[in-house]
Amino acid sequence: MTVLVYLDHEGGVIRQASRSAITAATRLGDVDVLVTGPDAAAAAKSAAAIPGVKKVFAVTDTTGNSELAEPVAALLAQLAGGYTHILAASSATAKNVLPRAAALLDVQPIPDIVAINDAETFVRPIYAGSALATVKSADAKKVITVRASAFDPAPAEGGSATIEEIALPAGPGGSTFVATELSKSERPELESARVVVSGGNGMLNEENFKLLEPLADRLGAAIGASRAAVDKGFVSNEYQVGQTGKIVAPELYIAMGISGQIQHLAGMKDSKVIVAINKDPEAPIFQVADYGIVGDLFTILPQLEAELDKAG
Amino acid sequence: MKVLVPVKRVIDYNIKPRVKADGSGVETAGVKMSMNPFDEIAVEEAVRLKEKGVVSEIIAVSIGEAKAQDTLRTAMAMGADRSILVETDVVTEPLAVAKVLKALVEKEKPELIILGKQAIDDDMNATGQMLAGLLDRPQATFASKVEVADGAVTVTREIDGGSQTVKLALPAIITADLRLNEPRYASLPNIMKARKKPMEKITPADLGVDMTPRLSVISVSEPAERKAGVKLDSAAELVSRLRNEAKVI
Ligand SMILES: Cc1cc2nc3c(=O)[nH]c(=O)nc-3n(C[C@H](O)[C@H](O)[C@H](O)COP(=O)(O)OP(=O)(O)OC[C@H]3O[C@@H](n4cnc5c(N)ncnc54)[C@H](O)[C@@H]3O)c2cc1C
Ligand SMILES: Nc1ncnc2c1ncn2[C@@H]1O[C@H](COP(=O)(O)O)[C@@H](O)[C@H]1O
Repeated sequence: MTVLVYLDHEGGVIRQASRSAITAATRLGDVDVLVTGPDAAAAAKSAAAIPGVKKVFAVTDTTGNSELAEPVAALLAQLAGGYTHILAASSATAKNVLPRAAALLDVQPIPDIVAINDAETFVRPIYAGSALATVKSADAKKVITVRASAFDPAPAEGGSATIEEIALPAGPGGSTFVATELSKSERPELESARVVVSGGNGMLNEENFKLLEPLADRLGAAIGASRAAVDKGFVSNEYQVGQTGKIVAPELYIAMGISGQIQHLAGMKDSKVIVAINKDPEAPIFQVADYGIVGDLFTILPQLEAELDKAG
Repeated sequence: MKVLVPVKRVIDYNIKPRVKADGSGVETAGVKMSMNPFDEIAVEEAVRLKEKGVVSEIIAVSIGEAKAQDTLRTAMAMGADRSILVETDVVTEPLAVAKVLKALVEKEKPELIILGKQAIDDDMNATGQMLAGLLDRPQATFASKVEVADGAVTVTREIDGGSQTVKLALPAIITADLRLNEPRYASLPNIMKARKKPMEKITPADLGVDMTPRLSVISVSEPAERKAGVKLDSAAELVSRLRNEAKVI
């Protein structure tokens, strides 16, 4: 069996989540990968170094077309002939592209797998992770996205794959890339951070939300948020953790002023250690927290910083 | 122009789903069902476009059991003009739903199809993209802003690192994300009016679509429950436990 993995990269460096997808892929067969974008050449080098990768297809594109689902899905469908499985980490990009490619192949995609039972049987969460479904695909090809937190990332170095430059097919005319606005942050990436500090409605406003930064600095943490915090504009959408936001599973997740609704838990309940700080002793977040403090977060936050400084 | 809005009937998002004892699925009998929250956002967006004078007619579509009528009535109470129920008892997979929708698009010729980004039961996040693929039309998923002008639609999309803007020629497919709008509640007079709005009933066979799922469910189980841990009295104790007991800092 041979597997094609569509990789996400940032500035030519393959993202950790995509390396987790490679781990999943190596359980299924030989692995080739595809990278696209303006710095695809750098990404191809980075991909070729991942152990287990046999061949890298690189599409260097400076037109913005590789940001669009239409041509990339067409390319995946074109390449699909030689593969039994097409995989990607469950990113916004993959969710945009893979189902479209699956439709072109007349395949029902299998999103967000957390386990592989055999080449056609996979486990995936449904109902915001309230249940796990084991499903068997009857399709000749499988189109799959992989929940990165469920698979250890493949190492970044040690491999030596061959690289082949290919071209992007024209999509259906009619779709034009206008612009991307990425928020800049010096912090670790939310989905691969070892520690995540998240704030909710309890942070009250945008200014107070920034009070999480000194704590995150001390812990080398990424910052996350509940939907309520994003909806109210405390932070922008890419911070959202949950069923419809990012799925994280850090060593340590600290929830500040987050009630712990099921849609939020869906994005963080696989964290190794969960800490909750909430003034409501009945908040559902305490049902999943390893350590909880009932109290006012604005009092506890500075105390936490002081304690970390003390012993650190 | 016409807009088509597919709406799915799902377990209400406030209800915690229970896995059936025999592991065959999730219990839906006697459970409160509602319109998929993302589809409410999709309907709302269509209604706002109509209020702006951009859209002339909104057609809501649901594929599912006879009871999906309730969901269509809700869509019409929110402002959809008419609806189509494609009745089937089979579990609806995105591929089959996309094929049904493709057939309806070819018949109704809407210029815009607005779906939810994700159904909160199967969490597939696939149908809109698949429909766009089958129709060979442009797509804009995870929309947080939609502007229609001069035969094109400009959409701001939520992506992992921020946001992205794309411009699509019509007809086009859009999937709605949470922050596109805040859906209205249907007023009582509008609920009454919706009862008189037309609802067409057809079957997938009428459209020549085979609904047989490609994925068979082997089993459905509860995930491992996390146990509630301990409540601590101070920040000092928390830091000490994280350091010495959990060893994560
Ligand atoms: C379709 C759908 C998808 C969704 N997807 C997501 C998702 O991906 N992610 C997500 O997070 N949510 C999601 N939600 C929303 C979810 O249902 C909740 O509404 C949301 O998570 C609530 O956020 P919150 O806990 O910050 O706010 P609230 O529920 O308002 O909780 C705030 C908490 O802060 C505490 N608090 C207030 N002040 C203080 C203080 N001074 N000190 C200490 N504690 C304090 C309160 O006791 C309370 O528990 C989704 C909902 C729907 C319908
Ligand atoms: N059975 C259905 N009937 C009507 N619309 C549906 C159905 N299934 C999916 N959809 C639409 O497709 C969107 C995405 O669903 P999914 O791909 O299943 O996550 C939903 O928000 C609906 O707009």
